[in-house]
Amino acid sequence: MSIPRLAVTREPLAVEPLAALLEAEGRALGEGCGALCTFVGVVRATHAGRRVRYLEYEAFEPLAVKAFERIAGEIDAEWPAARVAIHHRIGRLDVGQASVVVVASAAHRAEAFEACRYAIERVKQIAPIWKHEFFTDGDAWVEGATAAPDDEAARGEARSRACV
Amino acid sequence: MRVKVQLFARLREVTGQSECDCDVPDGASVAAVWQALCRRHAALAPFGRSVSCAVNEDFAPMSAAVRDGDAVAFLPPVSGGAC
Repeated sequence: MSIPRLAVTREPLAVEPLAALLEAEGRALGEGCGALCTFVGVVRATHAGRRVRYLEYEAFEPLAVKAFERIAGEIDAEWPAARVAIHHRIGRLDVGQASVVVVASAAHRAEAFEACRYAIERVKQIAPIWKHEFFTDGDAWVEGATAAPDDEAARGEARSRACV
Repeated sequence: MRVKVQLFARLREVTGQSECDCDVPDGASVAAVWQALCRRHAALAPFGRSVSCAVNEDFAPMSAAVRDGDAVAFLPPVSGGAC
């Protein structure tokens, strides 16, 4: 059974199936895949000096997948030879578990690195996914950016972080 | 007309509701739905500057007009995170 390239899931995440999927697609599409760049976001044991017990991720799932599709489209426009897979986990996650996996493929490494970094920056900016941290001494929602997919300044920031 | 409101994360927590119905005049905007909701739940008001929204599972501006039966989702700032 084939797996989706872009997904929100309650199941544990795995890098290898996404890497294999992109490699096979790259081969099928033409030039082939010479580079796979992977980012894995992991639940950290501390936040601002507080000890983390566990996290809960919540998503507006259909819109999150649409946000991933939008990011994939932006990558297609910016790095036409690159392709990206994004899986984000929701529900309760313990310290050390993967919360998000991004895999980018391209013919060569420069594009794969750039597309991978761009994808995770954009996920953090626009995907309707929320993180609730539970500490040994309380809890807090982590709130970063107002999700504004058409904000060109945010997009430019993601691009500049990707292309160092 | 009546729209279905969906609330997430902290907005869900402060209202104690993940979904509710909201009656607004014909031709109302998303912003008007938000204001109606804030009248019901005063605790939402501080989120007005940072909230974003979706109509029928697509991102939409607060100025977008809503129609009877639409699903209007309000989204607090997303998780972001230090890079």
